[in-house]
Amino acid sequence: MEEKYLSRHFGIDKAYNLDVYEQQGGYSTLPKAFAMDTDAIIAEMKKSNLRGRGGAGFPTGVKWGFMPRDSDVEKYLVVNADEGEPGTFKDRMIMELDPHRLIEGCVMTAWALGLRTGYIFVRGELQLAIRRLEVAIKQAYEKGYLGKNVLGKGLDFDLYVHSSAGAYICGEETGLIEGLEGKPGQPRMKPPFPAIVGVFNKPTLVNNVETIAAVPFILEHGGEHWASMGIERNGGPKLYGLSGHINKPGVYEAPSGITVRELLERFGGGMREGSDLKAFIPGGSSCAVLLPESLDAQMGFETLREAGSSMGTGCITFMDQTTCMVRLSARLAHFYHHESCGQCTPCREGTGWAYKVLNAIEAGQGTPDDLALIQDMITGIAGNTICAHGDSLVIPVRSYIEKFGQEFEDHVQNKRCPFPRWRKMRNTQRMSA
Amino acid sequence: MALEFSDKSEDKFNEIVARYPDTHAALLPVLLLAQSEFGWVSVEVMDYVATRLNLNPAKVLSTATFYTMYNKQPVGKCHIQVCTTLSCALNRGYELLELFEDRLEINVGETTHDYGYTLSEVECLAACGTAPMFQVTWSDGEIEYFEDIDPDKIDGVLEKLNARLSDLPDTRRMH
Ligand SMILES: Cc1cc2nc3c(=O)[nH]c(=O)nc-3n(C[C@H](O)[C@H](O)[C@H](O)COP(=O)(O)O)c2cc1C
Ligand code: FES
Repeated sequence: MEEKYLSRHFGIDKAYNLDVYEQQGGYSTLPKAFAMDTDAIIAEMKKSNLRGRGGAGFPTGVKWGFMPRDSDVEKYLVVNADEGEPGTFKDRMIMELDPHRLIEGCVMTAWALGLRTGYIFVRGELQLAIRRLEVAIKQAYEKGYLGKNVLGKGLDFDLYVHSSAGAYICGEETGLIEGLEGKPGQPRMKPPFPAIVGVFNKPTLVNNVETIAAVPFILEHGGEHWASMGIERNGGPKLYGLSGHINKPGVYEAPSGITVRELLERFGGGMREGSDLKAFIPGGSSCAVLLPESLDAQMGFETLREAGSSMGTGCITFMDQTTCMVRLSARLAHFYHHESCGQCTPCREGTGWAYKVLNAIEAGQGTPDDLALIQDMITGIAGNTICAHGDSLVIPVRSYIEKFGQEFEDHVQNKRCPFPRWRKMRNTQRMSA
Repeated sequence: MALEFSDKSEDKFNEIVARYPDTHAALLPVLLLAQSEFGWVSVEVMDYVATRLNLNPAKVLSTATFYTMYNKQPVGKCHIQVCTTLSCALNRGYELLELFEDRLEINVGETTHDYGYTLSEVECLAACGTAPMFQVTWSDGEIEYFEDIDPDKIDGVLEKLNARLSDLPDTRRMH
């Protein structure tokens, strides 16, 4: 068994309390971090090959290097804890079970980049995570890990929890910034990037929960050590959330570069009895679907791109032979339509039309022209919007049609769906619009 | 009667406002606070929040209508929100939703006559490893996750929910 980092405390009773966290060695690396300067810390972060864990996989050390160095400008840290990508459930574990890890990472990040205020932007539904973080922050203030002159090293750093109120699009970093400012979460045009103009129009570093939680380990053991637990350009262990038709769904820690097969078999307990793997989504619903032939793909941003999909959040959904790909793509279209912020017409309208047509095919009311129609519609969304939300539907829908085209055609030809229904008692396949 | 936060909420309000460089930024958490105090986010509640944060009511309205957790009408004491997105859809989430409809004798999106229950369908709640699941928002603002639910044991689940109803305020009468 590999040594555990990110999930080290998950099995320890009340590790969310400061005394337990400290007993486990928590906060003991702070003096070491405080002995390093900005350049030295960024160099370690780059060496670690840590890639952003929010889905886009941007190299964290490089992003940190974009932050302006002027010491008299107010700069902000915003932790993205809006976890909402369907199939993803890893950040929640860190916040509920090991909140001090995230706080310690925030303090180190603040020290490294001269940030004086941080906000952890948590989706409002995660009330337990919010409470645990609030208590942990209070404990950290009392112990002098937060606030004025942290550990007597001259760092003034305030950290707050910001609870959102239910909007998937706030996970997008500029939607997040709008939400933090109290506005509807409508993403901004980039550039300017948040590192230049972010929250309250000030330079802002936005990083995912799991990204920041890795910082204490990287600074404790060094960037090279972190990079060694991975593959080229993808360093360190990460949290993989496995779900779907498998025996042991859950969140598991493993190195970067582990194959999907090993995750499924060694951690996920394999497919359930009577279930054969039909397809899997490697990193949340916005990733292209893959077939069992790709099971040996390694979990990494480049390796999964080569396999025809993407790493996303690294939370994998496994589906068996009973899963209707038409219905699933309609369900995802419903999600992206429902969650569209509405400011770009191609996304707002296109996702809605895609949902209507896919749902019609699923209900046995599709026409032979519908497949071409969908291709047309989603082509109109791709690349024509302010943020990547619209593309997040285009990519999976294209992949479902490409990999399971016959299933779509059969629905049209036979005017019915051959798969077991999701709803049992009623005869209608009702997805509330 | 004009709306006013209780002393406890007033303390929380001040704590929230102090976190940000301007009052607009406090709007999301303050609206949630107001909802737990006043039961739902009426025009009156929005106006009160606008006054307290010194914001144009139109700004408050545009935010309050954007985010799904704000109820723009009264809801049941127990607001059941069933996830049917991805892993939950694959693991009997729709059946769970349907069973709630059957037992509560309402359709998804509706509220029982006595305002005991509201039933909603929601998107992924970051609990996909313990699908199917649902979330309850109680009328006092508490949120509870119910995970790894066996739809065949729905009646036991409902008994537990029922047991809590009598202690909770009716959102129609919270302001
Ligand atoms: C539609 C959309 C939704 C997103 N949702 C999330 C999210 O819930 N959590 C997250 O960390 N990043 C999310 N992201 C990615 C963020 O925009 C951003 O890349 C990330 O927070 C940067 O942090 P990282 O570099 O540490 O990954 C989303 C992006 C898009 C386009
Ligand atoms: S799909 Fe239901 S919690 Fe994620």
